[in-house]
Amino acid sequence: MPHFAKPGEGSWTQHYGMDTGPVSYEDSISPEHYELERDAIFRRTWLNVGRVEQLPRVGSYFTRELDAARTSVVVVRDSAGELRAFHNVCRHRGNKLVWNDYPREETSGVCRQFTCKYHGWRYGLDGGLKFVQQESEFFDLDKSSYGLVPVRVDVWEGFVFVNLDDQDTTPLADYLGGLAAGIAGYPFHRMTQVHRYRAEVASNWKLFIDAFAEFYHAPVLHAKQSVDEESRKLQGYGFEALAYQIDGPHGMVSSWGGMSPPKDLGMVKPIERKLRSGLFGPWEAPDIGLDELPPGLNPARHRAWGMDSFLFFPNFMVLIWKTNWVLTYHYWPTSHNTHVFEGTVYFVPPRNARERLRQELAVVTFKEYTLQDGNTLEATQTMLESRAVTEFPLNDQEILLRHLHATARRYVSDYRQRLPEARVRISAAS
Amino acid sequence: MRRDGDVPSILPAEFADLEPFADWAIPTERARYDKRIASTMEELQAFYDAAFPRLEDAMAYLDRFAIDELPDDATRLLWLFCALTTASFPVEVWRQPKVPDSGSSSFDAVIEPRV
Repeated sequence: MPHFAKPGEGSWTQHYGMDTGPVSYEDSISPEHYELERDAIFRRTWLNVGRVEQLPRVGSYFTRELDAARTSVVVVRDSAGELRAFHNVCRHRGNKLVWNDYPREETSGVCRQFTCKYHGWRYGLDGGLKFVQQESEFFDLDKSSYGLVPVRVDVWEGFVFVNLDDQDTTPLADYLGGLAAGIAGYPFHRMTQVHRYRAEVASNWKLFIDAFAEFYHAPVLHAKQSVDEESRKLQGYGFEALAYQIDGPHGMVSSWGGMSPPKDLGMVKPIERKLRSGLFGPWEAPDIGLDELPPGLNPARHRAWGMDSFLFFPNFMVLIWKTNWVLTYHYWPTSHNTHVFEGTVYFVPPRNARERLRQELAVVTFKEYTLQDGNTLEATQTMLESRAVTEFPLNDQEILLRHLHATARRYVSDYRQRLPEARVRISAAS
Repeated sequence: MRRDGDVPSILPAEFADLEPFADWAIPTERARYDKRIASTMEELQAFYDAAFPRLEDAMAYLDRFAIDELPDDATRLLWLFCALTTASFPVEVWRQPKVPDSGSSSFDAVIEPRV
């Protein structure tokens, strides 16, 4: 007997017209499939690479390593105050333009122009080539045709996105669609207290999204994180979402609130009781100047609501908590069975040490959970690669995974149909 | 800035009882976690048993300052109690310094607040 209502079709999966059969995870273990995903997905969708707060003034820049998309980009605020993005490559001999000490590590800073470490070519914040060392030695060099190669950049609610596809003209807002429109106006810009964590994970990028796109695992994998009696109770209930929504390649899950604050203080650990904080964030929500939630949050308008988790395809998740804080997840593939995971916590800046400590407890609790999740993924990846089992049943609470894998496979098959040369590469590989 | 021999105590005088644990007053989460992993359960328990009962006192003390105007000794007190949150997991739930089932996985802070 479900605790929360399901759509008339009897399941979320059928409501969104998806099949209910077992799924293959070949898309997560095949090196050939991953090579196609790099071009079909990561070079052809809007990718979130940062926040506007990272680019506070003219000349502020950061770089992003986009291994999956076979490039590095530099994003900068130009002298007119507009954001620009470029492939991070010098036009002279192809050296990576912006980096410090380690060419594969990301960097950030403020500058007036970009100077290549190799031969000193200099580029303005608009990407224009401004200076060539020993210019007279070159042959008919027209500096105006040797600017940095631009990348499309756009901003949604302070989140900075790039799109490496110079054929696609879909505006960012159209790409992000109705789910993003439904949370427009949420005061992300007030949440400038940032904690970011990074992990190198030995699994396909989609498998970690799977782990965060369902909460079916939570009462089991994280059982020991609760006090014993509470843990048994949670396993007995299992997990049911308040609502799921699917819009194009994107999806969201709306969840009940759990423990912020808990109904009974005996449900939580002593440190949580004392600090009044935990996995679900500090129990006392800071003022964020919002009289009413944007319509896209808590779509079921359920009184038990606690958090909504949005997956913007391909690799950007935004979790908005009832207690007025935000988590983002990014999954950056580095091979078919490895990726870099980033988890970023955004709080309203604490006014005092008490609030700072409450935030610290929420952050380190998130870290404890993620350490468990990350290890489980490695265990999943290695056994999927055994191909001893090739089909897996997914339940209705796993609808977002089913949708993610179907979407990713569709991007790849569309790409193969569009590009005859991709078909050639596939047949050569198989 | 602390000069050797000049400032014998790390923490505010009201928290002299926590001086034996002043080596937990570490400015970054990453280093606090590293210290936890390098500690024995006895060390973690001793730190927890000393610091946990002073948590409310520390918050009351620190609340006298705005977060960006904390004196150095108060900042160190804040870090020590940040370390208490890190050390609370082994003591309150895990019964071991590491997260169970976390094996080889790591999750490292790359951006943290200044204080």
